[in-house]
Amino acid sequence: MARDSQAALVALNRFGLGARGGASGDLINAASDPRGFVKAELARPYGVLLETPGLQSTPQLGQAAFTYQDQVKQAREAAKAGAPTEAPAPQAPADQKPDGKLRRNLSLNTVTAEIAGPMAEAKPADGAMKPDGMQPGAAPPAAAKPAQPLNVIQKTFRTEALARLQRAMMVDCGFTERLVVFWSNHFCISASKGELARMWAGAFEREAIRPHVLGRFADMLKAVEQHPAMLFFLDNQQSLGPDSRAGQNRKRGLNENLAREIMELHTLGVGGGYTQEDVTSLARIITGWTFAGRKGQIGAPGSFAFNANAHQPGPQVLLGKTYEANGLAQGEAALADIARHPSTANFIATKFVRHFVADDPPPALVARLRDVFVKTDGDLKALATSLVDSDEAWKAPLTKMRSPYDFLVASGRLLARVPEDPGFYLNSLNLLGQPLWTPAGPNGFPDTAAAWAAPEGMKLRLDIASQMGARLGPNIDPLDLLEFAAGDAASPETRKTIERAESRQQALALLLMSPEIQRR
Amino acid sequence: MIDCVENRLLTSRRGLLLGGASFAAWAYLPKFARAADGRDPRLVVVILRGALDGLATVAPVGDPDYAGLHGSIALATDGAHPATRLDGFFALHPAMPEFARMYRDQHAAVIHAVATPYRDRSHFDGQDVLESGYAGPGRVQSGWLNRALEALPRGERVSSGLAVGPTTPLVLRGNAPTVGWAPVALPQADDDTAMRLVDLYRHRDPALAAALTQGLQLEKAASGDDMKPKPGNAVAQMRQVARGAAKLMAADDGPRIAALAFDGWDTHANEGGPVGRLAFLLGGLDSALAEFESGLAERWRDTVVVVATEFGRTARINGTDGTDHGTGTIALLAGGAVKGGRVISDWPGLKPANLYEGRDLKPTTDLRSVIKGVLQGQFGLSDQVLAQTVFPNSASARPMKGLMA
Repeated sequence: MARDSQAALVALNRFGLGARGGASGDLINAASDPRGFVKAELARPYGVLLETPGLQSTPQLGQAAFTYQDQVKQAREAAKAGAPTEAPAPQAPADQKPDGKLRRNLSLNTVTAEIAGPMAEAKPADGAMKPDGMQPGAAPPAAAKPAQPLNVIQKTFRTEALARLQRAMMVDCGFTERLVVFWSNHFCISASKGELARMWAGAFEREAIRPHVLGRFADMLKAVEQHPAMLFFLDNQQSLGPDSRAGQNRKRGLNENLAREIMELHTLGVGGGYTQEDVTSLARIITGWTFAGRKGQIGAPGSFAFNANAHQPGPQVLLGKTYEANGLAQGEAALADIARHPSTANFIATKFVRHFVADDPPPALVARLRDVFVKTDGDLKALATSLVDSDEAWKAPLTKMRSPYDFLVASGRLLARVPEDPGFYLNSLNLLGQPLWTPAGPNGFPDTAAAWAAPEGMKLRLDIASQMGARLGPNIDPLDLLEFAAGDAASPETRKTIERAESRQQALALLLMSPEIQRR
Repeated sequence: MIDCVENRLLTSRRGLLLGGASFAAWAYLPKFARAADGRDPRLVVVILRGALDGLATVAPVGDPDYAGLHGSIALATDGAHPATRLDGFFALHPAMPEFARMYRDQHAAVIHAVATPYRDRSHFDGQDVLESGYAGPGRVQSGWLNRALEALPRGERVSSGLAVGPTTPLVLRGNAPTVGWAPVALPQADDDTAMRLVDLYRHRDPALAAALTQGLQLEKAASGDDMKPKPGNAVAQMRQVARGAAKLMAADDGPRIAALAFDGWDTHANEGGPVGRLAFLLGGLDSALAEFESGLAERWRDTVVVVATEFGRTARINGTDGTDHGTGTIALLAGGAVKGGRVISDWPGLKPANLYEGRDLKPTTDLRSVIKGVLQGQFGLSDQVLAQTVFPNSASARPMKGLMA
C-alpha cells in the first residue's frame, strides 16, 4: 500500500494538479491504478476545450476592445473640447489625485459604466507605456478605489481567468490541464503588451492551444502563429515586406521579432541550425500575417488576415529550401517544415521532459520522446502517452517545485473550494512572480526548481499559506487533508509537524507548505 | 476562496514585484570594510534585460553615418529635445539629466562599442553570457558577481539584504550566500509557524530549508517610510527599487555588493527618439541612479554602479521605427569612486564596412575588461582570479586600468 501511495503522489503531483479534498477519492483512485488515473483524460480530447457560456471568440473580443478604445478616445476629445466650461461631472470620483490634476475620466460618465478610472489612473502622461503593463492580471485595488468599475478589458481578463481556474478545480487528475499550461507557456504571449493582448490572452489559449494539446504539433504551431494575440504580441502586424506595396508606400519594412522567436523559442531552439539569414528570410515570408483592424478593410475586425499588400514578393530561401512566392501558403509551408525539423523534435522532447520529470531530464527518456515525436509526425497525445508509459517518469524522485499557479490550484483543490472570483488567485500569482498570462519575456515563465524555490518566493508562499490557514483553518481537520493529499506517502515528520501544530490554522499553513504539497 | 480583505492586502505589494525589477545582495560584508584607511567600497550591478540600444542612449552624433542609420529616432543636439553633449563626438539622451550631471562632476563614465563575448542574438543566451561570466551560453548556475564574492575575504554577516522579486538574478547566484528583501505589506506568517516549517524542511527537504531560512531573514531591516509601493509605471518601480536598496546599503551593517535587474528594453517597434518608449525607460534608469546617489549619501563617494545589457541593437532602424537584436552597445559607470567625465571608446565607425555583419555596431571593447577593471579597482581582485574564476578563460580580456578615481 505504501508503494501505491507513493505512485499515487507521482500521479497527482508530477502529472496532475493534486488531490481534491472532500469525497473525491482522488488519492484512492490514483493509488489503485496510477497510470490509468493519469491517462484517463487523454481519451477525452474534447474535454480539453473550454467553452463556458460567456466566453467569446477573438474577433468578438477584438470588436469589443476596439469599441471601448473608440469610446475612450471620444470621451477624451469631448473632455478636451468641453471640460473648461463644463460643470464637474456628477460622478466625479472622490478619490481624485491629491495633486488636483483632473484626469480625463472625469467626463467618462457620458460613456458606458464600463469605462472608468483604472485605465487612466496609472497612465504616464505621454501614454508611451500601457498601464496594464504594470498590472498583469491584477484586480484593480477595489478596496482602495471602491468607486471604479472594471472596464471591459479587465472584466474579460477576469472572466477568462475564472473559467480556467474553475476548470482546474474540477478536473479529476488535471493532467490535460497541466499540458495546457505547459503549451500555453511554451507559446506564451504577455497580457502586458497592451490592451488587445490582455483582451485576447484567455481566448488565445482556448483557441490556439487547447484544441491541439492532444492533436498535432504542426497544427498548434500554425494556430499559434496565425492567432491575432501572437501577431500582436511579437509585432508581426507591423512588419511589412520592404518591396511590398504597403512597404513601398509607407516607407516601412520588416520586424523580425516573431520570426526569430518562432525558431528560437517555439520550434528549433537556440543552436537548432538556423542563421540570421534564416530569421530575416522567415520574417519576409510571414509579412502580411496580421489581423484585421477596427475598420475591417481586410477581414472581420479582430480576425486573422493575410494582407497581400504587405507581403514581400518573390521566392525565399529558408533553411536551405526555396519557398516559391505563394502568398499565405508560402509561410504555411515553411511552418509545416519547421514543425517537422529534427531540431524541433529534440527541443520539444527536452523541454517536455524537463517540465514533467527533472531539471536535468534523463537523456534516454528525451531520446525516446524525440523518436515518438518524429515517428508520429508530432502527435502530442502520443508524446504525452509515452511520457506516462515510461519508467523514468515514475521512478525519478519528486525534485521539481510546484509553480505558484500549481501550488495555488493544488491548495484550492485540497480545500475543495471552487472560486467564484479570481481575485485571490490573480493577486497571489502576481506576488509570487507568475502573473497569469503575463511572463516577462517571450520565453515564458522559468521551469526549474531553483527559480521557484528562491528565498523571497518561499517566504511569500508561507505568508500566503498562513493567510489561507487563518481564513479556512478553523473549519477543517488538517490530518484529514493530509490523508487526502498524500495518504501513506506522507512522511512521519510532516504528520508529526501537523499533529503538533498549535492551532488548526497553523496546521493548515504547515500542511500547504509541506514537501508533500510543494514538490512534484 | 478568500474575500477581498485579503485581496487588498495582497494587491498593495504588486507594484514592486511586477514589471521586471529584481534585487539581491551578498550576505556578508567584505572583511576590509571599515578597515584602517576608512575606505568602504560598494558595488551595484544593474542588468538591463532586453538589450539596450546603446546608439540611442549615448549617440555618436559626430559620426556622419549615425543620423542616416538611426533615422526617425536619431538624437540630435539641436531641436526641441536636444541631446546633451558629452564631448565633441558623443551626446547623451535628454531623458538622463541626472547622469549628465554626474558626468559633468566627473562621477560618471560611458564605455561605448562594448559587448560580451557572445555573438549571436538570442536574449536568453545573451543574458546567460552576460550574467554567468562564461564565454558562451550554457546551463550554468552561478554568476560572475557571486564568484567574485567567493574570492573576497568574508567578514561579518550583514543584518539585512535586498531582493525585490522572488528570484535572484543569475549574476548573483552561486555558492556565496545571498539575501533578498521586498517591502512589507502582506501579513506575515508568524515566527512560530515559520520555525516549525523550517524544522520540518531541515528533516525532509534541506534545499527548501535553506531557501526559506534566507527568505525569513530578509524583511527585518528594510522597513522604513516611503517604501510603500504605488501602482505605477516602470519609472516609479525602478526608482523605488533603487531607493529601498540604497537605504539598506547605506547602513553600516548593510550589504556592500548587490545586483538588480530591470526588464523591458527590447525596443523592436516604435522605440521613440528623444521622447517615447525608450526615453521613458531611460528616465527610470536615470532616476534610479539618482536614488542611489542620494540614498547612499556620504557612502556614494566609495560606490560604483555598473549598468550593462546583454547586447546592442541594429545600427539601422528596422521597418517599424524600432531596432532589432544587434551586438555592440554601451556600459555605464556611475558613482563617486568612478574616474568619470569620459566616454571611453575605440570607435569603430558606422560605415557599412565597419558594421558587425553589416548591421550592428562593431564591439571593440570586451565588457569583461570593464567589469574586471571595476572589480579590481574596488576590491583588489587579482588578474588571475578575474581571468580564471570570475570570468573563466578570459585572460585575453585584460582588466581596464584607470576606471577608478
